[in-house]
Formats: sequence, C-alpha cells, structure tokens
Amino acid sequence: MNNLFVYIETEGRRIADVSLELLTKGRELADRLGVRLEAVLLGSDLAGLETELAAYGADTVWVADDPIFAPFRTLPHTAVLTGLIRAEQPQIVLFGATCVGRDFAPRVSSALHSGLTADCTQLEIGDHKDAKTGKTYTDLLYQIRPAFGGNIIATIVNPEHRPQMATVREGVMRKARAAQSAAGEVRRIDWKQYLSDADLAVRIIDREIAERKIDIKGAHIIVAGGYGVGSKENFKLIHELAEVLGGEVGASRAAVDAGFTEHERQIGQTGVTVRPKLYIACGISGQIQHTAGMDQSAMVISINTDPAAPINKLADYAITGDVMQVIPKIIKYYKQNSK
Amino acid sequence: MLAKQVPDTRHVGKDAMTAEGTVNRAALPAIFNPEDLNALELALSLKERVAGSTVHLLTMGPQRAADILREAMYRGADGGYLLSGREFAGSDTLATSYALACALRKIDADLIVAGRQAIDGDTAQVGPQVAEKLGLPQVTYAEEVVEVKEDKLVIRRRIAEGVETVECPMPAVITVNGSAPACRPRNAKRLMCCKSARCRSEIAADPESFAARRVAAMPSLEIVEWAAADVDPDPAQLGLQGSPTKVKRIENVVFQAKEAKRLSASDEEMEALVKELIAGHTIG
Repeated sequence: MNNLFVYIETEGRRIADVSLELLTKGRELADRLGVRLEAVLLGSDLAGLETELAAYGADTVWVADDPIFAPFRTLPHTAVLTGLIRAEQPQIVLFGATCVGRDFAPRVSSALHSGLTADCTQLEIGDHKDAKTGKTYTDLLYQIRPAFGGNIIATIVNPEHRPQMATVREGVMRKARAAQSAAGEVRRIDWKQYLSDADLAVRIIDREIAERKIDIKGAHIIVAGGYGVGSKENFKLIHELAEVLGGEVGASRAAVDAGFTEHERQIGQTGVTVRPKLYIACGISGQIQHTAGMDQSAMVISINTDPAAPINKLADYAITGDVMQVIPKIIKYYKQNSK
Repeated sequence: MLAKQVPDTRHVGKDAMTAEGTVNRAALPAIFNPEDLNALELALSLKERVAGSTVHLLTMGPQRAADILREAMYRGADGGYLLSGREFAGSDTLATSYALACALRKIDADLIVAGRQAIDGDTAQVGPQVAEKLGLPQVTYAEEVVEVKEDKLVIRRRIAEGVETVECPMPAVITVNGSAPACRPRNAKRLMCCKSARCRSEIAADPESFAARRVAAMPSLEIVEWAAADVDPDPAQLGLQGSPTKVKRIENVVFQAKEAKRLSASDEEMEALVKELIAGHTIG
C-alpha cells in the first residue's frame, strides 16, 4: 500500500536506460515519502535482472515472466499492471515516455480512472492547496512538463485520485546506482487471474527490429539538421560532417517529419534530450520544442541563412550562410588542420 | 475518425511573441492537427478499399472547430460530428476520452482512427484512453493498413526499434503516426459542395445565409452538433470536475538571449573557427 511503482521496460534481456533513470529518481522520491520503491517487470526470460534493479534501489521486484509478455503487446501489459495496481494500491506509478510507455500507460490510467501526465521532465514532492475549495494536500507528486509546443512549463498535480501516474522522458533524469543496493525482494505476480482471452486479440505477425545503433544521447558531438537542410539528398552532408568530426547526427522534428532522416534522431520535446560538448545546428530555426532538447549543450554553433533565427539566441557561434556551402568548408579546414 | 483543432504551436511567428519573450497563445492560428491529417488519409484510403464504407469525423471543441470537419469533407470525408458545450470545458485527457467514448457509443463505428497525438498537448493519451473506455483493442503508431480481412486488419506500425506488423480484430482504435502518408489535398468538387456544410449553432447564428438554405435543401450537409446531454454522459466525469489532473502552475518559457559571436560563411572565418575549436579541444 502507498508505495512507489516503476514499470520496467526491457529490450531483449536489457533493461531500458529510462527505467533505471526512473528507479534512481524513484529512490529519491520514495525516501522523501518514507515508502518502498517497487519495480514491476513484465516480460520473458527475465531471471537475473532483479539484481540490477536492486542495485538501482528497488526494494521489491514484481515479476511476471512468460512469453505472453514479450514482445510487448498493449493488452496483456495493461491487464496485468492494472490488476497489480488494484491489488497493491501504490500512490505513484512511473513509466518511461517511450513507444511502450506512451502506448499503454494511458490505457492503465483510463481503466483506473486516474490521471496521467505525459512526458514529464521533472518530478518533485510538494504540497498543494486547492484554490476553490481551500483544501490542502500534503506530499503530492508534482509532475512537471513542457506543454504547448514547449512554450510553457506546466506543473500538474493529481489531488484526489490514486495512483498518481506519469510518463517521464528518456535521458532527462540522471541514472545512478543506489549508494547501497536495496533488497530487491522478488515477488511473483499471480498474473493469470488478471488476463482474459480478449487480451490476446492482437497478434504480432512480424517484427523488423534494427539493433538500436543510433545513440545520440551518448554522443559528445552532434551535428543536427533541420528543415532548412532542404532535402534527404542534402542531409547526406550532415552525416558527412558528423563522421569527419566523430559525432552523431541529430535532427529537428521538422526534418524528421519531412522524411529527411530517421525518427530515432529527433531531438527536442518529443524526441530525445542531449547534452553534448558541441552541438552544430544546421538549418534549424530553433523552435522551442527543438531547443528544449539541446539547450544544455556545452557549445552551440548554428548555421542558418536567417541571421534572426531564434537558434542564434542559444548559439556561441552564429554562422550566417547556406548549410550546403558552409559544411564543405568546415570539413575542408578540419581535414587541413587536425593532427 | 477522431480529430482536433489545435493552435499552431509549431510555427510561432514573431507576432505571436510578447515583448517578454513568451508566446501569446491566442495569437496562434487554429489548424487541423497535423497527425490527424495522416489519420484522415488512412481512413480515406480504407474507404476506397472497402466498398460501402463511409468516413465521418468526430471532434470536441468550440463552434469554430467545425472548420476542420468541413476541411475533412473537402478532402473526401462523408460528414462530421461536433461535440460542443460548456460542460466539456477544462477537460484533461481522461475527461476528453470519456466524452468522446460516450459519443462513439452512439455513432457505433466499425473502426476508430485518430492521429497519434495533438501538437498542443503532445500527450498521445486520448486514443488509448478511448480504446480502454470502449473495451476495444488498439494499434498505436500505425503507418499503413497492409491488408483488410473479413473482420480483421493487418497493420504496419512504427516502433522505437523498427517496424512491427500486427493483426487486429475489428472494431478497434488505431492511432496514426506522422510518418504515415500525407493527406490528399482538397477536391475541387467536394469543396464547392461542402463549403456550405454547417452545424446547428452556425445555422442558428445566421439562418438566412446561403449556407443555411443549402443545408435545409440538402440535409447531408448538416454537421451533427451534440451537446453533453445528447451523448448520455455521467456529468461527474465531464470537464474540469471529471479531470483527475489539475494544473497547479504555468510558467512561460522565456528565451534567454546570450551573445553569439557572429560569423560570415567566408573561407577566412570558417578556417579561423575550425582552428579555434581544435585549439580548445572541442573537436579533433
């Protein structure tokens, strides 16, 4: 009762980074509230993973280990997590704001008639006074997220309904092993009682899974292209510069939507958050929903034909010019001057 | 098909910025939510493949949201429903999905298609929440209906690690990803015909207009307008009081200008920049 749940996402036998980030944050919140941190692990072939979850602070690891749960399907995960929440009544449930979390957390919230805040970038514990009723609430979860295309930051609370649920963006919270490994007591979920045949209605026919080879979160140098790059063909130049500098390629949402590059490279409010040593923004105007994902970069260089582009407000160096002309020059002078 | 009219948060022009560097949200134009257009295309392409099927839109919003219903009709939709009223004001995603689910029970569709998410909230919650309320399976991030079977669809969906193909029984809720095919443009004939489409409150506001007389002569042009009472809801689950989440605080994001070093694209300046970066161990 009243504990803090973190839904653990796995890719194959690997625990997703965002789940470990949530455990790290969850440990801090659970200590603040004086409750247990409980991880919920639904998947297949999971033996051994509980040790890692304990190292990140999980007091309890709830496990349902069966081929039904992998690969992820919405309905079985919804049914089992909803059932477990009803039985255990946690006060808080956290999910990664991933393809998986954003798919089924809303269903769980709908089934439980409980609120859900999407894509949080910060979580805190605090009090709340209802302006109308004057009623005060102590120790609520402040769910803090950008909204309105990143133009505002909203703090959301869930005063009357439990659990308080949130999805949290990948990469925005720190991931760290707990000072002391927690007990990680394994408890088997009696999941069959929660599932019906209808939960197996959707069948996976085929999966074409590319190993996640794009890792822009960990890159020290990111060369990012925006809509201003102009075409998929032109985008090759972004790749060339990234390769020469030993960096990764990122993109704005507009460039991804236009089909210039893969969705995995999207940086910003609806993509990933990055903090590289150097960020080169090519043909990116600097809409706030993009800058929200890169404004912590140590150094920013922008290349834009528009000297008044908003991105220049964040830039250390603002180059006014055409990406297609500037990048070949940078490559040329880098090759001439390095080593 | 579920759709939403949204403020265009993706293109915040200079006139929408206040002197303090924050966004004046009221100054943003109202548009058809972009991923709902991808969803419309998916629905219209299904209509072409399944003889006798029709596409209707359902939206919740103020009277002016009827604009996106007309827009969808110009592109090939058969008609629309507008769910409108004070009772819905202040709805969070859960209260919104409850209201939509009530309306959908009346409409009784074989398939419900929606965009993945709206650009004002970016939550992606309403589709799955509606599915749960109606007890239907869901397929999120859909890009293409690969095959239409008797009572099942085979759908290709875009997930983080790649592409997944699933088979889903109907009825179901499908949310469509922005990477799905773009929506077809307006059709000139449909535009001529449907530009007079109006909902009840629009007709009441100007009963003598050309459009109002067209609707009287041709009832298929009437956009169905429902108030809360028309969809038999539990009032406690509507609007602000039906919303578990409350906004405690809103902060405007302020662009903080820092002094950028301005460079031209000249060879001299580019070489100097690269040398500076190498010297500072930023690159190289």
